[in-house]
Amino acid sequence: MSSNAQAVSRRYPIPVEPRMPARGAKLGPVSDGHPDVPLATPVSKVGLREICLSYRTQSGERLLALDRINLQVRAGEFLCVVGPSGCGKSTLLHLIAGLHWQTSGQVLVDGRPVQGPGTDRILIFQEHGLFPWLTVAENVEFGMKMKGLPKAERIEKMRHYLRLVHLTKFEKSYIHQLSGGMRQRVAIARALATEPDVLLMDEPFAALDAQTRDLLHDELERIWSETGRTIIFVTHNVREAVRLGDRVVLLTFRPGRVKSEFPISLARPRSLEDPEVTLTAREVLDELRDEINRSLEAEYTAGIKPHIEPGVGA
Amino acid sequence: MKRAARYIIFYAALLGLWTLLAKLKIWPPYLFPTPWGVAESLYAGFQDQSYWIAIRVSMQRVLIGYGISVVLGMILGLGVASNKFLEETMGGLLVSLQSLPSICWWPLALLWFGLNQNAILFVVIMGSLLSVTLAMEDGRKQMPKIFGQAGRNLGAKGFQLFWYVLLPASLPFIVSGLKQGWAFAWRSLITAEMLYLSLGLGQVLMMGRDLNDMSAVIAVMLLIIAIGYIIDGVVFKGMERHLQNKWGLAPAN
Repeated sequence: MSSNAQAVSRRYPIPVEPRMPARGAKLGPVSDGHPDVPLATPVSKVGLREICLSYRTQSGERLLALDRINLQVRAGEFLCVVGPSGCGKSTLLHLIAGLHWQTSGQVLVDGRPVQGPGTDRILIFQEHGLFPWLTVAENVEFGMKMKGLPKAERIEKMRHYLRLVHLTKFEKSYIHQLSGGMRQRVAIARALATEPDVLLMDEPFAALDAQTRDLLHDELERIWSETGRTIIFVTHNVREAVRLGDRVVLLTFRPGRVKSEFPISLARPRSLEDPEVTLTAREVLDELRDEINRSLEAEYTAGIKPHIEPGVGA
Repeated sequence: MKRAARYIIFYAALLGLWTLLAKLKIWPPYLFPTPWGVAESLYAGFQDQSYWIAIRVSMQRVLIGYGISVVLGMILGLGVASNKFLEETMGGLLVSLQSLPSICWWPLALLWFGLNQNAILFVVIMGSLLSVTLAMEDGRKQMPKIFGQAGRNLGAKGFQLFWYVLLPASLPFIVSGLKQGWAFAWRSLITAEMLYLSLGLGQVLMMGRDLNDMSAVIAVMLLIIAIGYIIDGVVFKGMERHLQNKWGLAPAN
């Protein structure tokens, strides 16, 4: 490790404040000379710089949803974001996807500011994101069709990605004919088929039963290691986050701020039942508990209904 | 089977009553024809091609008029649904205009287009445009937002987004409006045709009146009902069923 790190530091000056992840420390791709980014600064795959988001509620008051979020995500990293409902974690994904605009701050992908939606970042929704008027195959082909890929190539890739999620037999089915777990596998295949660098997953397994979720955790871990994509995974389930992530970022309740980061260096493949996973999850949950209490308080006082599933002790 | 039996009994009774009333000769036969008199008129009308021609002309008009309504209505509805200013201003106007029977446009159409086919088309369009527009507006609003987001996320924009995502996503919500628009178009057409010598079914209907040929009048009325029913039952029911199968929606009733 040390020889490699020294080789790097000899060629490039060490950044003033290196954010070194605990394990598997690798620097992101070096700047390709884009004017905004000085050479020799490791460029993150996704960078959030001082992101603020506020909006006006119906009663007219201004609500700060996200408050100066700073985050760097390495290429190939599996980052999990946890927080109570109402912390703005889903909104954060929408910002990275380019579907919403932040009030201030910058979202950078490969060091360049995001200008809107792009197929290099694909968002997987909690549910109902698939198109019910298309078959499974047509859903998976959709992104490629928008890109203008020829039919033959589309079909080949569609088959490839359906094989990856074990759904080859369901090519011609419509979405309503599939179970919840199968739907999310189609959503993963559809996202991968546009060959994005970054997969954004917005509580994709929240609506599934426990067994299906376990199965999809295994599959997602496998697909991630096979394809080497960068994944930003939002969840309110702490154990899920610890089971999947290289790093878990904890957001505070309204306004969403980064409260703490936990590098997870447990060996892979992991399982939800691993005692280490439970232990680490407990550590994260201790920090999260204050935020959950605050969101519950908000529920009692303002009638806002948070949806919390700590996932520990289950 | 039971249902079929009920149908047969009901219509047989209806025909029987009709025959009985005709046979009693309460009214003279030229005012109250027998069922077979109507059947003969139908046969004769198809035999001498005049009904075929009338159907073809009327269908052509309604398809052109309704087609224009659908295209315009979708654009208008989408515009109204996605623009706050349009919604606040035009939204109310559209609803209030819908209370105006489409034939009220007839005098205006005559002055603008003259006594010709375009005037009829105009009335047909005005009859169905509002239903389609309001249906599209409603459909666009009811359509889950997530489809538009997913579409944009997967790289669809502009016309692509409309054609491949927004339109198919809102179809289940606008199909009833499209159906209503069709019914309005069909009624407006027949009304307009009755007011102006024009080869269509409406004119054939009026001709029966002019000739005091009540069996011809009833024959054409049956034709008008049959065509409206077939389009509704075959085209729109088929479309609804198709959508239900794809989306997995429970069939209505």
